[in-house]
Amino acid sequence: MKVRAHITMVMNLDKCIGCHTCSVTCKNVWTNRPGAEYIWFNNVETKPGEGYPRQWENQDKYKGGWVLDKKGKPVLRSGGKLKKLANIFFNPNLPTIDDYYEPWTYDYETLQNAPVSKHQPVATPQSKLTGKDMAVEWGPNWEDDLAGGANVLLNDPNIRGELEEKLKADFENVFMMYLPRICNHCINTTCMASCPSGSIYKREEDGIVLIDQDSCRGWRMCVSGCPYKKVFFNWKSGKAEKCTMCFPRIEAGQPTVCSETCVGRIRYMGVLLYDADRIEEVAGTADEKDLIDAQLSMILDPNDPEVQDAALRDGVQPEWIEAARKSPAFALIKRYGVAVPLHPEFRTIPMVWYVPPLSPITSAFEAEDSPADPDDVFPAIESLRIPIEYLANMFTAGDTERIRMILRKLAAMRMYMRENDMIDDDERRETDMAGMDDAQIRRLYEILAIAKSKDRFVIPTRRGEVGRSPFQVQGGSGFPISFETPPEALDGPGGATSNSGFELPMVQLHGVSPGAPGAPGNGSAGNGSNGNGDGRAASAQDGSAGTKGGAS
Amino acid sequence: MNEEFKMLVWGALPYAVIAVFVVGHVWRYRTAQYSWTTRSSQLLERKTLMVGVLLFHFGMLAVVGGHIGGLLIPKDLTGSLGITEHMYHNVAVAMGTLAGVTMTAGLVILALRRSGNERVRKASQTADFVVIVALLAVVVTGMINTIGIQLLGDSHDYRETVSPWFRGIFLLQPDPELMAEAPWSFKLHALAAMGLFALWPFTRLVHAWSVPLTFIVRPPIVFRRRDSVAR
Repeated sequence: MKVRAHITMVMNLDKCIGCHTCSVTCKNVWTNRPGAEYIWFNNVETKPGEGYPRQWENQDKYKGGWVLDKKGKPVLRSGGKLKKLANIFFNPNLPTIDDYYEPWTYDYETLQNAPVSKHQPVATPQSKLTGKDMAVEWGPNWEDDLAGGANVLLNDPNIRGELEEKLKADFENVFMMYLPRICNHCINTTCMASCPSGSIYKREEDGIVLIDQDSCRGWRMCVSGCPYKKVFFNWKSGKAEKCTMCFPRIEAGQPTVCSETCVGRIRYMGVLLYDADRIEEVAGTADEKDLIDAQLSMILDPNDPEVQDAALRDGVQPEWIEAARKSPAFALIKRYGVAVPLHPEFRTIPMVWYVPPLSPITSAFEAEDSPADPDDVFPAIESLRIPIEYLANMFTAGDTERIRMILRKLAAMRMYMRENDMIDDDERRETDMAGMDDAQIRRLYEILAIAKSKDRFVIPTRRGEVGRSPFQVQGGSGFPISFETPPEALDGPGGATSNSGFELPMVQLHGVSPGAPGAPGNGSAGNGSNGNGDGRAASAQDGSAGTKGGAS
Repeated sequence: MNEEFKMLVWGALPYAVIAVFVVGHVWRYRTAQYSWTTRSSQLLERKTLMVGVLLFHFGMLAVVGGHIGGLLIPKDLTGSLGITEHMYHNVAVAMGTLAGVTMTAGLVILALRRSGNERVRKASQTADFVVIVALLAVVVTGMINTIGIQLLGDSHDYRETVSPWFRGIFLLQPDPELMAEAPWSFKLHALAAMGLFALWPFTRLVHAWSVPLTFIVRPPIVFRRRDSVAR
């Protein structure tokens, strides 16, 4: 057993309102740069739908993720290493920018400068690639709230087989749900395994997967290798970029930007302890439907003294073990078993988990064959608006039983809380508790319904005395904007220049001049690391544990 | 051509190029790793790229192989192995023409794509165009040698002139006279190649040194410590 800690996110899809605040705040922090206009580290998809990029779940097209070879060993779907090297000049599985969308802006100047005329001036869309006028035919969230629509519904790779026939026949019962997506920071990481340069790495301390921006050579294998299409190619810098799990914030004990700004408070972040010796074994689980159980078995119980001892022996800091014990992620994933990973059948062991949505419960009672008594909710789960099969194809490799079990727990929690908090004592009835006791149901309710920020985000700070001082690397986090853009053009408060360009400071503290005390000698900081070690740490780290929202 | 000029071009210039090449690479590697990349434009356009890039790179590999054979292996050695000048010449011209035409076709396609496709053109740096011009100069003069002189013309045995001159540079015994005897197109080819090598460290061509051979033996999952500096 080799114990490692992992920062893990759980998203409760029941509460996602599809407002895209996570996407917008993430974009403003991380990908608001030339060459990255089309890149959304975080995006929210309306399912059913093709998604971003189009058909990303279709691995016949992009050849992402892992498959088992004849001996039952997980191998890259896109082929072995020699095949990768043979394809190094041209990657046959790479999406083009049109699979995402052609980024554009609007000609706002016309609105100001247009001469007096009979007609109102119009700000025409202009391509960010060519600068020319363009017709906008596809974009991020083109399918927003469309519930698939007539054209693309059947392009959703999750709709197949019997489900396809059922949905065709049942078109008036259209359904939809939101699926916010970030990098899954997988344990059996396909992008990493695909990278010819070895530039993608997983941090031992917190499991965050980063791309070393200095050693990336732009071979693009990671982009097609990731089955979630969450590694992107910056066409201006020629380097791959991906979600950083906001590592400078995590190191300061703060949640990611997407989590912090989530209006529906659907996101939870916490530490999991996992057994790093079992990666290949778990990823090689023979039956796809057993993958989640296998993954759960490699997640260790932080309350187990043996696990604690092993964790200390393997260099996990004591405060991380303590955080793992309080982790909302551990509670939702392992203790209550109500969270599932996205597409476990890709065999990536993803570490962003989802609580599947208990779609509008009232709609179930309106269905013809549902029971009239609203309390008799469990048979009604079968006829929920979102088909169980659809959720199962997305989250459990087709295992409908696990989805049913989770929805039953969520429904039981609601029933129980209504009976006990809303109904008078003399009218209260016994409810089905889905195998949980009173304390467990109340705890699940606390986590899912009323948890405060400090309970939703249990993130230990990095140790200030280990490694380089955060103060010394202040201003050194983030992606360089571009090595061709003159620094003056972009310089603003907090601008740090270096010999290869301009770096965005992550967070600025009052009264501290970022960048001044020793911006890293070799300027291309980027996504985490360079030759002399990673850890372009947070700017805002001040050594006090658990500061939240302290930065301006 | 007077003696001083010969000495300057074929005796001194190669060393200047080597100095720029070596120092340039060290400087680039140490200070500007973030720009050390293929600068692929496959994301923006893939159909034309596929044809051009495959023809160019595989043709290039064959051309490089041919140059290693022609420049580095002395005539005496092939002769002692029983390969006659006639045999050598036929094979070299046939293979060279095939490889050269492949590479040239690929390069022309890539050049047209870079200047003709608006997305790719707008995403290009000046250096990307400079590289294409430099490569075209080398490839065109090379094709004049291979097709114009060796295949159709009255053939020049460069293994008596260019090759020993080339080896002499690295043996620190440059002999400008050898190069002075070569036909004009061979001289131009050598000059163009020196220009390319001088530009090399300052362009995307540096990606040629990043052939990921360690990929073969590397484990699939890579762990790194954040605080590796302190350990």
